[in-house]
Amino acid sequence: MGKGKTFKGGIHPPGHKELTNSKSIRRMSPPEEVVVLMQQHIGAACQPLVKRRDVVNKGQKIGDSDGAISAPVHASVSGVVKAVESWVHPNGYKVQAVVIENDGEERLDPDIVPAGDLESLDKGTIVDLIREAGIVGLGGAAFPTHVKLSPPPHKKIHTLIINGCECEPYLTCDHRVMVEQPEKVVYGTRALLRALGINKAFIGIEANKPDAITAMEKATAPYADIQVVPLQIKYPQGAEKQLVTAITGQVVPEGCLPMDCGIVVNNVGTAAAVAASLKTGMPLIERVITVSGEGVKEPQNLLVPVGAKLSDVLQVSQGFNGTPRKVIMGGPMTGVTQFDLSVPVVKGTPGIVVFNDLKTATKPEACIRCGRCVDACPAFLVPVNIVQYVDGGQLDAAVEWGLLNCIECGSCSYVCPANRFLVQSILLGKQEVQAARNKQTS
Amino acid sequence: MANTVLVSLVSMGTVGALFGAGLAWASRKFAVESDARVDDIEEILPGANCGACGYPGCRGFAEAVVAGAVPCDGCPVSSSEAAALIGEVMGVTIDSNSERLVAIVHCGGGHKEAKEKADYVGITDCRAAAIVSDGSKGCEYGCLGLASCVKACPFDAMSMGPNGLPIVDEDKCTACGLCVAACPRDLISLAPVNKVVHVLCRSFGRGREVRGNCTVGCIGCRACERACEFDAIHVTDFLAEINYANCTNCGECVAKCPTNSIIIQGDQVTVAVEQTVSEQISEGARAN
Repeated sequence: MGKGKTFKGGIHPPGHKELTNSKSIRRMSPPEEVVVLMQQHIGAACQPLVKRRDVVNKGQKIGDSDGAISAPVHASVSGVVKAVESWVHPNGYKVQAVVIENDGEERLDPDIVPAGDLESLDKGTIVDLIREAGIVGLGGAAFPTHVKLSPPPHKKIHTLIINGCECEPYLTCDHRVMVEQPEKVVYGTRALLRALGINKAFIGIEANKPDAITAMEKATAPYADIQVVPLQIKYPQGAEKQLVTAITGQVVPEGCLPMDCGIVVNNVGTAAAVAASLKTGMPLIERVITVSGEGVKEPQNLLVPVGAKLSDVLQVSQGFNGTPRKVIMGGPMTGVTQFDLSVPVVKGTPGIVVFNDLKTATKPEACIRCGRCVDACPAFLVPVNIVQYVDGGQLDAAVEWGLLNCIECGSCSYVCPANRFLVQSILLGKQEVQAARNKQTS
Repeated sequence: MANTVLVSLVSMGTVGALFGAGLAWASRKFAVESDARVDDIEEILPGANCGACGYPGCRGFAEAVVAGAVPCDGCPVSSSEAAALIGEVMGVTIDSNSERLVAIVHCGGGHKEAKEKADYVGITDCRAAAIVSDGSKGCEYGCLGLASCVKACPFDAMSMGPNGLPIVDEDKCTACGLCVAACPRDLISLAPVNKVVHVLCRSFGRGREVRGNCTVGCIGCRACERACEFDAIHVTDFLAEINYANCTNCGECVAKCPTNSIIIQGDQVTVAVEQTVSEQISEGARAN
């Protein structure tokens, strides 16, 4: 530690990346049935374009929306639509889904054609192709990439940051992508630079991935406009605003996006997906995920079709090792605990982590006002005060103390010696504020 | 010695008199004109400062009444007698026929009846639990059982029962509606206190789904609708709902409900229902 650039605050949870970080990506054979959710991104949900008994091809668009912030979804296997019904989303609520029974033919959609040479494509074409390919941020938040690439005209973008931090414990999917497909990441980065019309990109990688840094440095050597930046090992290094601070030294002001500072941040997985879809014409229908934790027999990195059910993915990893107590989609810090193994993998799923015991003490005790949450908060907040206001129902005061600036990284809850539910209370407060605002406008 | 006592007495007396005069003058000069009616009305109000009326406390409400911004019976907590008294203060007649309301929790799926899909570990608050994968109960419409309504009640009228469902103390409930607002599942409503037949389910799920999650859920079979002679119960979106204005507490729907999701509240009330039923029968006999 100690070396490399970083940001203020943060924590050092045990990484547990050794379980999977040296295992190369395996392709999962397509399951018999996939469930493609119509909401796999931030923004408007898609409307299904197919109905029951329709025959679909692999890569065929099966859901789209007119919303400005949205991205279409595609069939990840060829087969017959078994049902269009509501299904549980990894985030717990129900959304519409297209259930496809795989016919095993891997019949490609005729619309899938390579986009051609990168130099022959202009800005708008690349953005359109990225939208049509349904590419969203693969880091976890799943923000539609084409929206990030179309900033309003008064916001001048000058820098692109490719996020290869992967600071979440257990996850190694981005790590493996960088080690195994560095040229893809670089191609995608160049495409993103071209789409933005700029010529400065940084690839930020945490120092715990020396092989990824070497591979990326080698792959970026021919391109002077792309620079690899090793970063300190710290959570949440991969949070958008914290990464901007670490690399450029600039603090993204309260209530602003990196875009307001002229910076666009994309994940390495997103860059690789952009490269794949420009080169082959194939939309985003599969992604690399890490299946890890002591609760799975064979932790590994898998290339999984979007829509594969959790149970199928776990089957490929030889199932549970013992009795699972907690199954998390995503990493242990920001992931969401699942209650149903029929939940499908979505575009924003970076991994599945299974625990056999809940080591953490979960009984909250009284706050001792030690201030560790304040030291740990990477967003310059005072979690203890915000939480007290939320718990006391004083939402206005909580907002004044920066409730809405919380990035929900969970560092405060992690360091709290009294095991208080800090980030959880903040999440609740944010929800309440949103509900109150919705009520006001309606 | 005597001189010192005299001097201090006189000087302190003079200073005291001067300040007294000053205060007397100031109290006249800067007197705040207050309407005596505000004090009178505040005296009548319950004084719990629950805020259910939308004003900051009982005095705020009293001021609003005097200002004409809210009707005399605008306090959702006060009895109709209190409203009539406020009306007297304001010089208007209040129609005090309105029935007293109490809170009803429309969920019967406690620990015994409803399936849990997961263990919830986190903040003891229904709203917080609802954020995490929509709560720990299999039924997405059911009571989350973490007592947000109990905490919201300023009149100590709610408590958590042994079965993990809140219980309303009808004597203490003032129908302020704070529990109604606190429930993220929208399970609580205010119903007339003399109506005892209630549908204890708010699930819009289809029959199969409901049966999978809970043994006392409404499956939308419409048996109650067919049984009701008074057009008081209707099933919409797979859920039965009672129109309390038409309900006669006859209990026909309760008898027909295959999942026991419609109930007659309380044992002592059952006796009352029987009386009503027998009264109706004798009335019917007389009419014939």
